Amino acid sequence: MKAKDIAELLDEPACEHNTKSKSGCAKPKPGASAGGCAFDGAQIALLPIADVAHIVHGPIACAGSSWDNRGTRSSGPTLYRVGMTTDLTEQDVIMGRGEKRLFHSIKQAIDGYSPNAIFVYNTCVPALIGDDVDAVCKAATERWGVPVVPVDGAGFYGTKNLGNRIAGEAMFKHVIGTREPDPLPPGSERPGIKVHDVNLIGEYNIAGEFWHVLPLLDELGIRVLCTLSGDARFHEVQSMHRAEVNMMVCSKAMVNVARKMESAYGIPWFEGSFYGITDTSQALRDFARLIGDPDLSARTEALIEREESRIRAALEPWRARLGGKRVLLYTGGVKSWSVVSALQDLGMKVVATGTKKSTEEDKARIRELMGEDTKMIEEGGAKELINIVHEYKADILIAGGRNLYTALKARIPFLDINQEREFGYAGYEGMLELVRQLALTIESPIWPAVREPAPWGERSDSIEPLQLAEVNHG
Amino acid sequence: MAEVHKRKKPLAVNPLKASQTMGAALAYLGFNRAMPLMHGSQGCTAFAKVFFVRHFREPIPLQTTAMDQVSSIMGADDNIVEALTTISEKQKPALIGICSTGLAETQGTDMRRAITEFRQQHPEFDKVAVVAASTPDFSGCFETGFALAMKEIISALIPEASRAGSRARQVNVLCGSHLTPGDLEFISDSIESFGLRPLLIPDLSASLDGHLPSEEYSPLTTGGLTLDELQTAVESRATLVIGPSLHDAARVLEQRSGVPTHSFPHLHSLQQVDRWMMTLSELSGVEVPTRWRRHRSQLQDAMLDTHFMLGHLRVAIAADPDLLLALHDLVVSMGGQVVTAVAAAKGPALKQLALEQVQVGDLEDLELDARAQKVEMLIGNSHLLETAERLHRPLLRAGFPQYDHVGGFQRVWCGYRGIQQALFDIANLKLSQHEEIAPYYSIYAQKRNEREQQPRAAEG
Repeated sequence: MKAKDIAELLDEPACEHNTKSKSGCAKPKPGASAGGCAFDGAQIALLPIADVAHIVHGPIACAGSSWDNRGTRSSGPTLYRVGMTTDLTEQDVIMGRGEKRLFHSIKQAIDGYSPNAIFVYNTCVPALIGDDVDAVCKAATERWGVPVVPVDGAGFYGTKNLGNRIAGEAMFKHVIGTREPDPLPPGSERPGIKVHDVNLIGEYNIAGEFWHVLPLLDELGIRVLCTLSGDARFHEVQSMHRAEVNMMVCSKAMVNVARKMESAYGIPWFEGSFYGITDTSQALRDFARLIGDPDLSARTEALIEREESRIRAALEPWRARLGGKRVLLYTGGVKSWSVVSALQDLGMKVVATGTKKSTEEDKARIRELMGEDTKMIEEGGAKELINIVHEYKADILIAGGRNLYTALKARIPFLDINQEREFGYAGYEGMLELVRQLALTIESPIWPAVREPAPWGERSDSIEPLQLAEVNHG
Repeated sequence: MAEVHKRKKPLAVNPLKASQTMGAALAYLGFNRAMPLMHGSQGCTAFAKVFFVRHFREPIPLQTTAMDQVSSIMGADDNIVEALTTISEKQKPALIGICSTGLAETQGTDMRRAITEFRQQHPEFDKVAVVAASTPDFSGCFETGFALAMKEIISALIPEASRAGSRARQVNVLCGSHLTPGDLEFISDSIESFGLRPLLIPDLSASLDGHLPSEEYSPLTTGGLTLDELQTAVESRATLVIGPSLHDAARVLEQRSGVPTHSFPHLHSLQQVDRWMMTLSELSGVEVPTRWRRHRSQLQDAMLDTHFMLGHLRVAIAADPDLLLALHDLVVSMGGQVVTAVAAAKGPALKQLALEQVQVGDLEDLELDARAQKVEMLIGNSHLLETAERLHRPLLRAGFPQYDHVGGFQRVWCGYRGIQQALFDIANLKLSQHEEIAPYYSIYAQKRNEREQQPRAAEG
């Protein structure tokens, strides 16, 4: 990918970071950096497309330590779970055999797994030696008649966030608009209900959580043409251009897709979330509002009233247990405000939240939701987080899996909110799982046992290596 | 000696291999107050961190030189200097262990020059030891990276000396990457039981054993071998090497110190543990303590009990070479058969493997061969779970990574007790698979309608 293309992707008019010098896409600092690369972001964004063979073109590290990620769920094909990589060798690099290996790899994937499409992820080493991945993909498509899509997101191009955009760009450029949607399945029509087509962008069906929401959309007569990319199929992505509305779920990572579809196909979009009662209801209302069907709006309001009263009744006993508990929410990103609303629905108090990747608009929303005295954490080192937990007397740290063991070592209750998690929290129904998991850790009887010193008193550290005890010159 | 079949297909499917770079990082993690530094794009480190965190369920110190688009093309050696400086300032480590990625090596990094530059620019950080290993992920595998880092650590941090044996009770142990923190604890225990003092290089039993330290947070390793202790290796009585992959590193240590080397392929079989005990007994002049004699007789009894299940058992193993050899010997010593063996890359252990053939390859290779060979049980990492489900065969988890199984990272495989437990587990997995003879319904039988009623229950 050329420097100019990267610059173009970084310049995202629909992203508020655009006007700020310090953005989520800033240059990383050697020796003091955390977080993934562009390849990571590109792969995470597209891997949930379940019937595609995802080939990582590079030496082993890129695929070897990242395949077989179990976060996202598919209702059908499991091809996305098969790890595929060209596993480049030193000879390939020196002799320039990467392109040839990739070409044959594509053939092998087609022969062995009959995928509906193949995505090829470029990585640092082939990008540096100049493998022409676009040309190989084009040649392979022509030769074997299976769509082969290049996703040129080498790690050194930039951050995970950039990688998300590169993935979105690849879908917009090569896949979206290449096929018309199927007609509605026979028997799906219901009298008096006009079906409207929508897309969700940035919803990954973590732990299958979107299946808490999908039945509601079905009930309302909203057909999801495609979820980019949770539980998606290649042919669904192809038909995304026919939606009436796009919803950007939780994050602006692939906002370029929504913006470009708006200008190319005139599809309006809104930002929303399915975390929490308030936000879930709001998202449903926003669909109805942008679709502009009064009957749909009326039915949506009725559904919201029914679901809210049902879930509030179910949550009542939990509110008594969790209400007033203090939370440090560190999602490291833009999801903050959507999770805040979920926690407030439970009567919990968010005392501090991470805003490193949040936009000014996000921050304003956080202030509006939580009040002015909420601590905003710009720089979230592990040590800093622990200090804030103590300082603000938080009862629990809610953060990404990366911070899980940091919290546990500091004997702090923890809830994993990122994509590696095993539990689904979306939709009204997801709130019940959320309260179960919150109560499980906050109310656990282990905390005194791990916090209080052993009965024989505190020696510096009873598990120091034996060697330190006596260095004898015997 | 097994015939090694090289990779024969362009695409690796369901890779077994983990990168050399990560193997090197693990070696550094066995030292006290250490920070491994990956020279590459920041994603290399992020992926490696997740890999280790999921396996060990511990916070893992790991940093990156964060190569970006400009430095990837214009040269990123300045990033090394900058990273070394930043880490030295912020975390004050005892050791920074650099491991290069494929990206850095393709670009042509000169890590030695960068370190020299760092030394010139920052004399104030003279106390911070820096080691660099060239470990691009387009060569070797996890095990080879670990071994390369070990060799570099010994070359860089252990002085030449002729004081071998001046610490008459100290024994060096070069611990291969196939050993778990639990294994290392057995190794320490057994050495101490002879009145000797173990010097584990590296010592993951103290850094990654999953302990709860009193301090709430440390950006560096807590526990692990200190560099002061490491330097005393030249004064030890003997060096015990576990794992053929470490022979090169062991040779360097012996050349520098004159401390004699005793090599063990693994401690996963009765014969090898016996050798281990006898060696310790000879070194210390102490008889084998009663508890080991007792454990040994318990193991013998377990061998009798389990040989019914393990005999003729058809096993498939996927692992790095040292672990493959260890698990192979464990299975074969019980009368089982390793009918499918896949190694992530070549390694010296494969030469000692008493098998006709071993495939250097991936888990697809294993799956296809295991199906053809009618394998009854799989041994390998967590990635094999789905393979096992597709084959309807049980999986015994071993090696890296084990993320779907709590405690796998510290399971004890070594020693009489460790072997005994492995035999029990393999036997139990086999018992869970016992196949009954399908009932035959005679056409003359007076048992009316039973055939029709039967299938439901059988399915459930």
